[in-house]
Amino acid sequence: MRDPLATLRDLATLGARSPTDGNGHLPAGDELITDTATLGGARVAAWDAVKIARDLHRPHAVEVIERVFSGFQEMHGDRLFRDDPAIVGGIGLLDGHPVVVVGQQKGSSTEENIQRNFGMPHPEGYRKAIRLYRLAERFHVPLVTLIDTPGAFPGPEAEERGQAEAIAKSIEVMTRLRTPVVAVVLGEGGSGGALALGVADVVLSLQNAIYSVISPEGAAAILWRTGSEAERAARSLRLAGPDLLELRIVDGLIPEPPGGAHTDADRTAANVKAAIAPQLERLARKPIAELLTERYERFRRIGVVVEPAGAVAPPKRSWWKRVLGR
Amino acid sequence: MPFGRRKDLPSHLWTQCPDCGETLFNKQLVRNMNVCPKCEHHFKIGARERIELLTDKGSFEERDADLLSGDPLSFVDSKPYPQRIEAARVRSGAADAVLTGTAAIGGTTVELAVMDFDFIGGSMGSVVGEKITRAAERALASRAPLVIVTASGGARMQEGTLALMQMAKTVAAVARLGDSGIPFISVLTDPTTGGVLASFGSLGDIVLAEPKAYIGFSGARVTDQTIGERLPAGFQRAEFVRDHGFIDQVVPRAQLKERIAFFLAALRPTAGETRWSL
Ligand SMILES: [Zn+2]
Repeated sequence: MRDPLATLRDLATLGARSPTDGNGHLPAGDELITDTATLGGARVAAWDAVKIARDLHRPHAVEVIERVFSGFQEMHGDRLFRDDPAIVGGIGLLDGHPVVVVGQQKGSSTEENIQRNFGMPHPEGYRKAIRLYRLAERFHVPLVTLIDTPGAFPGPEAEERGQAEAIAKSIEVMTRLRTPVVAVVLGEGGSGGALALGVADVVLSLQNAIYSVISPEGAAAILWRTGSEAERAARSLRLAGPDLLELRIVDGLIPEPPGGAHTDADRTAANVKAAIAPQLERLARKPIAELLTERYERFRRIGVVVEPAGAVAPPKRSWWKRVLGR
Repeated sequence: MPFGRRKDLPSHLWTQCPDCGETLFNKQLVRNMNVCPKCEHHFKIGARERIELLTDKGSFEERDADLLSGDPLSFVDSKPYPQRIEAARVRSGAADAVLTGTAAIGGTTVELAVMDFDFIGGSMGSVVGEKITRAAERALASRAPLVIVTASGGARMQEGTLALMQMAKTVAAVARLGDSGIPFISVLTDPTTGGVLASFGSLGDIVLAEPKAYIGFSGARVTDQTIGERLPAGFQRAEFVRDHGFIDQVVPRAQLKERIAFFLAALRPTAGETRWSL
């Protein structure tokens, strides 16, 4: 049987994209991997990607921010409840231009992880993020988000303070934020708690980052009723960078140094900077209305549905567009 | 209605209330909108029954009925995903976990989406995401209010990150209604958790819920295991969520249609002008 993804890719090429476009929406360039065929042996197994993405010494948001942006000033608090240390945000300069940056922050030691709640935000973290998104919009400053979380914190106090509402609102605000947005998955993109920072004009991922609807352990516990099947679940979920590019969930992969991002934070951050700068440059030139329409369409076309011929369908959409949900 | 001879009765005729233990005749239960007459326990109901209860008689016109799920990840757990879908289709008689269409509620024409927990736990994959999005887009095009009745365990694991992205897609679509002054009413029923609550479910201009419906971001089991502490009484029930400020009203099933009709009459789609005058 044919790999359905191969079919997907074939259908995608009907979308009048040039052959150099690779899997993503962006033209190929040195700073981004846009075609998984170019990865060759650098494509790691799903479970290895999970381990690399979670490596304690992988550069986390603050380490990346310090290296990519100069003069970063952190801003605290959601103006409603408290400051959530699992989300950092503020304003930094990218080649002299102000950018609002919001990211999830894991720790690099047990002690720091306890302080950062292992990068699992509470509702007030998402509300701080929303406050900073709106700040970026008000002053026409572009927004960069850095995703790295096992998921939103699932504790009772998070439920009491409206974890679901905070995430939903964060997603909503991002869908129509009137300023350019670039999201980068640095390490672990854990479910809705990650997506709350993930609605952007361009979504990039580090080469060995993961992005998933559920943790492989969680999926294994529910689907196979044992956590020991996590490795199998990781494979099935297609959560690694190259999978995400093929599924067109991310637009490009940011190369990591040989051996992984944790071996060289400076070089990783340099690669992140090289990847986001031209995107911000390109997006900043677009009229806001066009930007918002394209952002809507970017997410609108994600999903695979089959609509039999003869069904009452919206007019003027060819069958392959419907199959792709484009 | 107390009943002493339940053991003698064929089981397809009666149901035991999980809350008060009362034995209820199925016929009696259906007549009472699947609500226990003794303790008001609201039984889960399917999308078709829900539409019957909420809409003006004969007004529902289904749309996108034959939108089917693909298998983008070739996902296999205890059985392949297409087989799982097929089994759910046979079991529930529905094509996927949501029914959408145009209907009238108390005389107001609305775009309606009703989720069905019986179909793979009401989980949201590409089909649910696409149908909800199309319903919102139709509402925008026709300037009709949108009503969504949720019942869902969250995103559908078998579609991986594609399912996660349906949260962004649906939220983007309902957000456009808010920008255009078109009301969106979200009705949360038992259970509504995970990715559906953390997307369009929480974003209604009006958010209603049925009594004691289980409503939370993470399942209580997850919360319990993660935290290892005892949970407060009534944790993640509709009344608890209302008391913490995230639901406008808890409305008994028998009053749900008239309550939705009230809000639909009060909140007419606007075109930016001031319409209010005595
Ligand atoms: Zn009862």
